[in-house]
Amino acid sequence: MRKILFVLPLLIFTGVLFAQSSGITSDENGDCFIQSLTAEDARNDAGGNIDIKWMVATDAVIPDSMILERFDSGGVWSPISTILPANGRKTDANLENGQEYSYRIVPFYGGVAETASETAAAIPGKQWIHTGRIGMLVILTLISLAVFYYIEQGKRGKDLYIRRIAGLTAVEDAVGRATEMGRPVLYIPGIMDMDDIQTIASMVILSRVAMKTAEYGSSLLVPTCRSVVMSVAQETVKESYLQMGRPDAFHKESINYITDDQFGYAAGVDGIMVRQKPAAIFMLGTFYAESLILAETGRSVGAIQIAGTAMPSQIPFFIAACDYTLIGEELFAASAYLSKEPKLLGSLRGQDVAKLFFMIVIVLGVLSATIGEAWEPATKVADFLKTITRVE
Amino acid sequence: MNWTVLGIWLGALLSLSLYSFLYRDNPFYKFAEHLFVGMSAGYWVIYTIKNVLIPNWWDNLVPAEGGMQPIWLIPGFLGLFMILRVVPKLSGLSRMSLSLIVGTGAGLSMTAMLQTNALAQVNGTIIALGQGGGWFDWVSNIIIVTGVVCGLVYFFFSKAHTGIVGRTANVGITILMVAFGASFGYTVMARISLLIGQTQFMLFEWLPTMGIHL
Repeated sequence: MRKILFVLPLLIFTGVLFAQSSGITSDENGDCFIQSLTAEDARNDAGGNIDIKWMVATDAVIPDSMILERFDSGGVWSPISTILPANGRKTDANLENGQEYSYRIVPFYGGVAETASETAAAIPGKQWIHTGRIGMLVILTLISLAVFYYIEQGKRGKDLYIRRIAGLTAVEDAVGRATEMGRPVLYIPGIMDMDDIQTIASMVILSRVAMKTAEYGSSLLVPTCRSVVMSVAQETVKESYLQMGRPDAFHKESINYITDDQFGYAAGVDGIMVRQKPAAIFMLGTFYAESLILAETGRSVGAIQIAGTAMPSQIPFFIAACDYTLIGEELFAASAYLSKEPKLLGSLRGQDVAKLFFMIVIVLGVLSATIGEAWEPATKVADFLKTITRVE
Repeated sequence: MNWTVLGIWLGALLSLSLYSFLYRDNPFYKFAEHLFVGMSAGYWVIYTIKNVLIPNWWDNLVPAEGGMQPIWLIPGFLGLFMILRVVPKLSGLSRMSLSLIVGTGAGLSMTAMLQTNALAQVNGTIIALGQGGGWFDWVSNIIIVTGVVCGLVYFFFSKAHTGIVGRTANVGITILMVAFGASFGYTVMARISLLIGQTQFMLFEWLPTMGIHL
């Protein structure tokens, strides 16, 4: 109930914003080549822009050129652009919000300026909400509600099932193998920074892997490509070792920064692989062209490899060269799977509801669009669904 | 000294040193690796200072037109907290900066991910099956819609992959694997073209410096 009360004002606020409209000034001029000129505040921006549109007469003598002019604060008309003598539009940028700007178009015949068009004026302003993204706001709110609901269910002790994910059940085996062989565990968190959602997911999994290495007493190496990732990884691993009651086993130096350069990092990590010969390698996060270089080297040293990324172009390489691969969203589900925390499981269930919602939208949309080819009214459903999922 | 020839020789020797890794780890590879890592790390330090720190922070803190914008001291302090990690007693301050980075990253990604990975895909999949007109378009459109829906079923985590759900998920993962196979082949072709480029450099630029013309 409290969550509904929280969301309700948001929806009302959204509805009010639908009513937002910008002032439009339009004039008709029957004597001029320019038939109409309109100016309006550019929509869905941070202000400072005015959209100007003009239409020309089709039965008048076409001028050699036209100049779009703006009435500036000095009290004179200043040219802002030379435009083609045809229907067109232009955005006047870098204006001051709240101040009125007037525009006119002057046609030129044989280099001589003729009667200018009527003027059009508008006031630039900023919009708080991008109206083209209202559909996304509503969908995001619905998904959030589903997630909140299932988190609440999880917290109340409801049993939330999660299916088996092969790559994740192998985590314990991989760390155990490294311990038995007396070799380190190598964790590669991708090459992107901490503002990347996959790196954030990777850090959550790292904390679980670190708990296992702390429990089994095997060493953990985390070479990073970004300094901030190194700092976060150090904090994450330290916290895990503390939780497992093994702060003495934590070595800050084993979580180090190599370089920001993609292939420099790949070369450095390859060097670590061939010299330290890790028994288990985790590659979880965002990877690009270095993915196969890392995975192949890891395979050559005989390590058990568990990889995961949401980069579609790199998943094939991991599938080819690694023992287990987390495909796309499995990477984001990993933290819930490994921890079995009710909050995370609830969140995962909420995301499944979102997927079901999208499936229903797709099936309904495709059916109505297909039927609509024979029976016109059905296309309205497809058009509506396309509108709410459109992203501007 | 002919600097061009020196550059060609450096490029060729470093390429051969890196390729020697295909045999096994050796001193030549180690040298090239350390040179590469060291130079790139140094390059990125300067790059970050010149292209990130100065234009995005310093130029805003102390604008060219004069005066000082104190609001920009806040990110400055947050950056300073990160450096203070080297001082054990003050290292905890860096958690403020880190939490801000992680929180901002997660928040911003949420809308971007929903936009690109969900809504844009859903929007693109809402098509009339007969769109295009021909029988091939019908087949293509059915594969697209079936692939997306079955692929989504595969990523259902709160339902066991048994029965009808399991069979649908199997169709989904099969379509995904076919797509991955195509992507694999395409990318390998691109990698081979890189190898061809480097081989051409060795054969047609490096060898001629020794009087060997192919």
